[in-house]
Amino acid sequence: VADASYPDDLKYHPEHDWARIDGDVATFGITWYAQDQLGEVVFVDPPEVGKTVAKDEPYAEIESVKAVSDVVAPLSGEIVEVNDALGDAPEQINEDPYGEGWLVKVRLGDASEVEELLDRQAYEDSLT
Amino acid sequence: MAAGAETLKRTPLYDRHVAAGARLVPFAGWEMPVQYAGIREEHIAVRRGVGMFDVSHMGEVETTGRDAEAFLQRVLSNDVSKIAEDGAQYSVLCRENGGVLDDLFTYRHGAGFLTVTNASNHERDLAWMRRQARGYDVKVHDRLDDFAMLAVQGPQARELVARLADSELPKRFRTARLQLAGVPGVLVCGTGYTGEDGVELLIAPDYAITVWDALLEAGATPAGLGARDTLRLEVCFHLYGNDLMEERGPIEAGLGWCCKEDTGFIGSETVRSVREAGPRETLVPFAMTGPGIARQGNPVAGGGEVTSGTMSPCLGIGIGMAYVPPEKAEPGTRIEIDVRGKPRQAEVREKPLYSKER
Repeated sequence: VADASYPDDLKYHPEHDWARIDGDVATFGITWYAQDQLGEVVFVDPPEVGKTVAKDEPYAEIESVKAVSDVVAPLSGEIVEVNDALGDAPEQINEDPYGEGWLVKVRLGDASEVEELLDRQAYEDSLT
Repeated sequence: MAAGAETLKRTPLYDRHVAAGARLVPFAGWEMPVQYAGIREEHIAVRRGVGMFDVSHMGEVETTGRDAEAFLQRVLSNDVSKIAEDGAQYSVLCRENGGVLDDLFTYRHGAGFLTVTNASNHERDLAWMRRQARGYDVKVHDRLDDFAMLAVQGPQARELVARLADSELPKRFRTARLQLAGVPGVLVCGTGYTGEDGVELLIAPDYAITVWDALLEAGATPAGLGARDTLRLEVCFHLYGNDLMEERGPIEAGLGWCCKEDTGFIGSETVRSVREAGPRETLVPFAMTGPGIARQGNPVAGGGEVTSGTMSPCLGIGIGMAYVPPEKAEPGTRIEIDVRGKPRQAEVREKPLYSKER
């Protein structure tokens, strides 16, 4: 499992999600802190391409050995791609939460929502 | 949360858990390690080598006096007269209506009996037993604070513990008082909750750290309540509060084997009639045949409910136990479970879900 890290180029949601914004599409995932709290991820129930997600609302479920957790959307939009590789390798969320462990790509509905997210420093401060 | 956390009890090994990097969680009023390195890793350590669990939250009740055996025969479901000197026996504690108050191991030792209770039930068990003790020449002692408890489990557990002991370890379902790691009077019991060979140790709290450190030094892997749960579920051992409860009886839970109605224990009339008529629902193990992991409380389509569910580290699939109507109880029966609104497919299996031989 990777060491604690919070990349500078991401935006963070207080519910421990990250968004990597690339034009009008953003990639979502969960933070190092979130995967550490969950423990070993054993199952991901991904949403479907074409579905809409709403900021602050759950859009997927991640299961550790012990429990199920909702994953909250950091931003609103329509899902354009899902990380199907997590079906066979859910542990990627623990091993590489900002890389291979990404969850979905979303075409953003309201770019101004990005302003409400936290930068690395503010998110890290919220953890202590 | 902070105020509540301060009232949680800690075992004598709390500092050792912190030092070992444990994640501590509230459990039945105690602050207990749920995992150290990770549930899967700890689980595999117990299946292949040796794991050790701090289970000091579990309670102990000692019953002494002239009528001790007659009294326990009245409150416990199994035939207490069959417990040999230094022997151990599993049974349930039932209400008059046959509802299960607890499931417990009882050890016979010299002057009396020691019964190990589930942490969440200890006070209730104690009050129940004291209430039923009227008319018997017995004393029911609360021994919760007199013991720390360690479970050392795994195919190499006995060998590891034996190296620290001054004499031979007790066989399965037997007990012995030994000197262990220089600590005198450790009650060693050939019991466990993992489906592996091993022992459980009842130790004076002041010596718990000495024994823990010696076991760690000898190579035992600390394992938390998370692995304890996945291990017991793979071999279909019941967990009170999940698979056993006051609202259900021992026959539907598949515990008829530890109920001897002829002893006249409290609840035996109901148990006898349910045994004869057949239970309304019965507890079965199941495995998921598709994606998803069923969890406690998920409904079974057509009737019934999941009481335990997890990802099996050894089998790599979702497993669990559920109460289902008799027509769905046969191994091989396909069942559909409503997992948070999604229909998920599973199959009723034989006990145990996991065994080394398979």
